[in-house]
Amino acid sequence: MNQPVKQHLIDPEICIRCHTCEEACTVGAITHDSNNVVVDASKCNFCMDCIAPCPTGSIDNWRSVETPYSLEDQLSWGELPQQAEFGSIDDGAAAVDDIVAALLAEAHAGAGGAAKAPASAAKPSVNLFSTAKPAIATVQGNYRLTADTADSDVRHIILDLGSTAFPVLEGQTIGVIPPGNDAEGRPHKMRLYSISSPRDGERPNTNNLSLTVKREPHGVASNYICDLKKGDKVQLAGPYGSTFLLPDDAATPVIMICTGTGSAPFRGFTMRRQRTAATASGGMTLFFGARSPESLPYFGPLGKVPEKLLKKHFAFSRVAGQEKHYVQDQMRLEKAALADALTNPQTHIYVCGLKAMEAGVEQAFEDIARGAGLSWKSVRDAMRDSGRYHVETY
Amino acid sequence: MTDSMSVAYDTLIPNNVGLSSDKRVLKALERWHPGYINWWNGMGPEGFQESLVYLRTAIGVDPKGWAKFDYVKMPEYRWGVLLAPQVEDRRIPCGEHVGEPAWQEVPGEYRAMLRRLIVIQGDTEPASVEQQRHLGKTAPSLYDMRNLFQVNVEEGRHLWAMVYLLHKYFGADGRDEADDLLRRQSGSEEAPRMLGAFNESTPDWLSFFMFTYFTDRDGKMQLESLAQSGFDPLSRTCRFMLTEEAHHMFVGETGVGRVIQRTCEAMKEAGIEDPYDIDRIRDLGVIDLPTIQKKLNLHYTLSLDLFGSEISTNAANAFNAGIKGRYQEVKIADDHRLTNATYPVVQVVDGKIIRTEVPALSAINMRLRDDYTNDAAGGVGRWNTIIEKTGIKFEMKLPHGGFHRQIGVFGAVKIDPDGNLLTEAEWQARKNEWLPTKADGDFIQSLMKPQWEPGKYAGWIAPPRVGIDNKPGDFEYVQLHMA
Repeated sequence: MNQPVKQHLIDPEICIRCHTCEEACTVGAITHDSNNVVVDASKCNFCMDCIAPCPTGSIDNWRSVETPYSLEDQLSWGELPQQAEFGSIDDGAAAVDDIVAALLAEAHAGAGGAAKAPASAAKPSVNLFSTAKPAIATVQGNYRLTADTADSDVRHIILDLGSTAFPVLEGQTIGVIPPGNDAEGRPHKMRLYSISSPRDGERPNTNNLSLTVKREPHGVASNYICDLKKGDKVQLAGPYGSTFLLPDDAATPVIMICTGTGSAPFRGFTMRRQRTAATASGGMTLFFGARSPESLPYFGPLGKVPEKLLKKHFAFSRVAGQEKHYVQDQMRLEKAALADALTNPQTHIYVCGLKAMEAGVEQAFEDIARGAGLSWKSVRDAMRDSGRYHVETY
Repeated sequence: MTDSMSVAYDTLIPNNVGLSSDKRVLKALERWHPGYINWWNGMGPEGFQESLVYLRTAIGVDPKGWAKFDYVKMPEYRWGVLLAPQVEDRRIPCGEHVGEPAWQEVPGEYRAMLRRLIVIQGDTEPASVEQQRHLGKTAPSLYDMRNLFQVNVEEGRHLWAMVYLLHKYFGADGRDEADDLLRRQSGSEEAPRMLGAFNESTPDWLSFFMFTYFTDRDGKMQLESLAQSGFDPLSRTCRFMLTEEAHHMFVGETGVGRVIQRTCEAMKEAGIEDPYDIDRIRDLGVIDLPTIQKKLNLHYTLSLDLFGSEISTNAANAFNAGIKGRYQEVKIADDHRLTNATYPVVQVVDGKIIRTEVPALSAINMRLRDDYTNDAAGGVGRWNTIIEKTGIKFEMKLPHGGFHRQIGVFGAVKIDPDGNLLTEAEWQARKNEWLPTKADGDFIQSLMKPQWEPGKYAGWIAPPRVGIDNKPGDFEYVQLHMA
């Protein structure tokens, strides 16, 4: 898979060509001709020094691209290219930290427009801690979630906040700051992870939170986290995110679609409902894809959650002797229930996982909607605008 | 070592110039401060001093610290003295001292010249606040009201910047000049502001947008030239001011653009194709494009007059002394002394407008004016893109540089917007086609009704494409406090 990269672009329709960004850029990435002001993708280091001085907001545009647009491309533009909805930055009140805002916007881009929080969601706290002023947590536990035989190493990390107030809601994200410097002597950049615990901790009324982290080859932060030992101190920033949240109204049906560590926020969602509204729940449905049962995080604990609270649909793509089965295939099997859900004005849908899953899920919804005589795009846009459709992919 | 990136709030006046250890200047500024607050309360935005305005305040001069947004009452805005970080081993970029270390103290031989330049620049800053003080009452939205107030408080801060230089480097003379900056008033009979355009009134919001686009752009070009000064404190002051000035350019360009957009949309909705069908278009409650063009003609040409005479000994002396450079001086590839260089300057010879090569040193004003025209043309092109997209056939144009001029070689002749020389009689007969008439002004005035509901906009202006500080469309940019 060709992993898309994030590219920084300037909206030529909003830019007034004051060149303030060019003055602010410390690496000479921003240039202009008589037509446009443009960003050289090979030089931009995402330091964000250009963001605050821009008087127009035109500077704050991001695209996920397989091949970055060249300077020549950008100089010729009269407007941003077609994917214009891709990566709009509007994360409500959370858009204080520019780096995080950009990353979250990119993660939420798959929803096809600016995300909104569910109407009945609790009000999140955001940006309480930063890289400059981190919260210090202590590792309480580090457990491998995938079987020893599985080809992936996914870990459940519990972080104790001690006496530090670090209020989170299910679905929010925190930043982990790996210690040390990179090859060029600069401090390692913060990485974002969804919390996988509910707001009141791993057990009710404990001031801790959990992360679900997969070890990536050569990943600075993921290896750091996966190697953490009990008692180690960890620097945290955040919390971040003010839209990918659970409706507080327990009567709302919730549909959750994920792969791999994309299950993290849904663990939090499920535990929250379990603790507060196990009997009055409007129903939760989980579509969960992995290579095999052995590599599916929380496979064991999930089995113990009653079907009455959470309907579970697993899809495995690498089980010997079986056809490859993806999460969208599982969705198609449940098309009648999903079509019903799409017409229910209470339904909230959440998608979380790798970017690569987006297209398949989108296609499945399109087919299911068409089968029910609906237009997916308009259903989706209406749901999103009322805070009921959420995508977080990376 | 003090960290000159961050701003000290331990004194009454936020600053990154170590005021707390410079007792003389701190005292002088603290003595000047009450007069400033009096001036702001008396001559600043009328009727909104108690309202909470969502403003940006600099808490540092580095990119990450200088734009912090929050609600603040304008009289409590933290006006401060902020200089861009010092560039190590900066050199004088032009004139006879080119290449020598930049001055950290005022060079005695140029003291009078420097003081004059700083006073003229300083005088324009409070002037525009005075000119715009009545506009809040007719704001077409809370968004626009907030932008107006942001411009106003930053003009106030620019005054502080110049006053700091006067107090710090010019002793008793400087103190007197600083007091006079609060004594003169825009449009006053006995003590008017120093430059003509800053004594004109700003009667309506289209005038305000045109003013910020065209007249503040002259300010930008002047700041750009002063940012090239060999006197380093002036250069650093102006460099930081330019970052703020960009917001003023933005308010002007998008303001005019949104008026144009709304007019074109309203014409389309009503099925009117002809932009000259003025009565029908005005009946829609929007400003017809030909009238917008007339306003453009007026404000552009008033602003051209601010550049002074095409050929100027004063400008040559300032350049030669290294006190004031050209636009983007350090990016120009020449000797930066202009010993043998020439520059083409407009002249009127035998009833024809021609350009003749003159020594470049004497044509510094002309060159800056040309740079200004290029800069101003960019936005006009983008306004035309807005019109084009709606399918209306009309093109905004900058008039010829000789049209409607009072100062310089064109001051003595009459020229139409296309650059044709006219007799006085022809000018009198046709000037109402090119410049706004009283009736045009009355019509615009008739549209100036306040729209203060969050997220709503007056009918003659389109909403902005993005909010300030990424705020959503219905954000309450000003929390009104009505006595």
